[in-house]
Amino acid sequence: MNILVCVKQVPGSSAVKVDDKTGLLIRPKKGNKLNPYDLFALQAALDIKDCDGSPVSVLTMGPPQAMEAISECLWMGCDEGFLITDRVFGGADVLATSYTISQGIRKAGAQDLILCGKQTTDGDTAQVGAEVAEHLGIPHLSNVISIVRRDESSVTVKALQENLIVTETLELPCLLCLDADINTPRLPSYKRMKEMGEAKVKVLTFADFEDQDKSHYGLKGSPTQVQKVFPPEKNDNRVLYKGADDKLAAKLSSILKERKFI
Amino acid sequence: MFNKLKLDDIRALERIAPTRVLTQAQINEDYFHDELGTAFGVPEALVKVLTTAEVSQVLKYAYEHDLPVVTRGSGTGLVGGAVATSGGIMIDTSLMKKVLDFDQSNLTVTVEAGMLLMELAAYCDQRGYQYCPDPGEKSATIGGNISTNAGGMRAVKYGVTRDAVRALTAVLPNGEIIKVGSKVVKNSSGYDLKDLIIGSEGTLAIVTQATLKIIPKPEYAISILVPFATMSQAISTVPKIIGAKVTPVAIEYMSCDTILFAEEYLGKKFPTHASDAYLLMTFDSNTQEAAISDMHTIADLCLEEGALDVLLIDTEERSASVWSARGAFLEAIKSSTDQMDECDVVVPRSAVADFILYTHEVARTVSMRIPSFGHAGDGNLHVYICRDKADDETWQDKKSKAFSMMYAKARELGGLVSGEHGIGLAKKEYLASTLGDTQIQLMKAIKRAFDPKGILNPGKVI
Repeated sequence: MNILVCVKQVPGSSAVKVDDKTGLLIRPKKGNKLNPYDLFALQAALDIKDCDGSPVSVLTMGPPQAMEAISECLWMGCDEGFLITDRVFGGADVLATSYTISQGIRKAGAQDLILCGKQTTDGDTAQVGAEVAEHLGIPHLSNVISIVRRDESSVTVKALQENLIVTETLELPCLLCLDADINTPRLPSYKRMKEMGEAKVKVLTFADFEDQDKSHYGLKGSPTQVQKVFPPEKNDNRVLYKGADDKLAAKLSSILKERKFI
Repeated sequence: MFNKLKLDDIRALERIAPTRVLTQAQINEDYFHDELGTAFGVPEALVKVLTTAEVSQVLKYAYEHDLPVVTRGSGTGLVGGAVATSGGIMIDTSLMKKVLDFDQSNLTVTVEAGMLLMELAAYCDQRGYQYCPDPGEKSATIGGNISTNAGGMRAVKYGVTRDAVRALTAVLPNGEIIKVGSKVVKNSSGYDLKDLIIGSEGTLAIVTQATLKIIPKPEYAISILVPFATMSQAISTVPKIIGAKVTPVAIEYMSCDTILFAEEYLGKKFPTHASDAYLLMTFDSNTQEAAISDMHTIADLCLEEGALDVLLIDTEERSASVWSARGAFLEAIKSSTDQMDECDVVVPRSAVADFILYTHEVARTVSMRIPSFGHAGDGNLHVYICRDKADDETWQDKKSKAFSMMYAKARELGGLVSGEHGIGLAKKEYLASTLGDTQIQLMKAIKRAFDPKGILNPGKVI
């Protein structure tokens, strides 16, 4: 089974900066990391590799420094890496991003199982995985918490859907978006890093893609009109009451009633 | 000897600390023991103090009326040090948690003794500074840390609590308030009473305020987890790491069985099960390049010494997945058995491997489970004897035999009884046998000089 994991490099801290004029995220050249949600998808893929030797490829889209993210995946145990990078792809929204990734996947060889994380810590849309699958015309499922069975033609998974867990069987090839905290991601191996030397990453640019219509990529291919992008406001408003226990208890009770919690 | 508290005494205490004096059934059972739970004692009065002046008044009263006094912070001790084994008054400092001064010019922070270590760490962190000692029990008070000279995981590079205390406000048994040390960096001014009070476990004076050294927080840190085929191989690499002219912040060792306890306790898997023995190390610096360069040096050394791999821990998430397990080891081992007792010996770093292997021999000799983990980088080991449903007589007998064997071995290797948990009640006999009569007599003379009536934490340490 050929497995491909889609990952993204994200800012290393939650202090995300946004360009006031363009509304685009300012990606620092240093201090980036692999999107933490993708690590669970990577671990799930590498678990399968541990069981049956399935080769695991990893693919990302981003500026040249996103190569670091691919290298890290290789040090964790992935076999091959693809970096989609080109100025043509800059400023892409969810639709253009997912389309670009789907074009990249088409050039990354035949894949049976494509795994994505739940969402990213910078964009947080949780839409790219499903849209990639739609562009590729393959079945997909989100909120997957475990892969319970797989054979040559299908994979059976459990997924969280609202208040219940569903068991679904999908025909291969398919795409799964894995939930967070479903496993403990392994750590990158320094030994593997030393052994691998320069990471063997295949770079894919616009020139490599089948679709040569530039209006499908980057800002031009992005119908989303961003009015304003800003990090969520931190809300740590709190009120501190002091006094005797019984008076505090009465006060708390009246606040809860007033706000209709009780 | 000491007097028992009478109603008049309680009334007098209530005048000092109105509404904050508890007696009999008002005192929660948690105050009768510490974290380990092997020592037990019921205080006759519990006084929740708010100020140094209140501590002074309570001590003055106790001194005049021959009442024993035990000081308590969060009660996270492991040797019975903060247990009222003689009854009397227990002074609870946990409400004293104000920051009194934050001095960036002198790189100090002055806090009250009841401030929790986690609160202090967060306070400094928010301002871009670091209080260096990092004991595993973050809910301990800084006063408690000072009383045992707690060490923690960053001791290899940054030292222990004693190294981070610039000055103390303390109350003598007669109620007199003294200030020892100051914000100065150097001090060659007579006997160092500050350092004497640190680690005295509340037997010489009651610490109410501490001026602590802080440093600008290192900008970057990276950890590595290094699996080895055997514990012997892992530990024997540590002296070579120390000798490599690179100073890690921490060098911890852990075995697979301890990791499994932590997994069960936390309900969360550890990122690897590749081996039976691991070293966990952290490197920090103000530049990413310097920390990574140090890491490379030690990673290469470990591989040369036969490490199976070197796993990189370079993000908050990865750090949490490993260090949360390390932080839970004590509780995890505790939850794996019905009762346990601990040995907190410290041995020269070159002797750590010998000592750990010896604990395996002791476990076989007494037929008991003796898991361990600890600070390989500073020679401080935490070794736990698990009761595992043994009956009372067997437990006491085997525990005593195991402790005697281990402390004798520590002595033979040039080690000492306690690295950071203190002596309290539980380790008194081993301290006496390790230090010998001359040193114990000197300590007793010091105790008499501070506390001629012996009212402070009687029966502890010596």
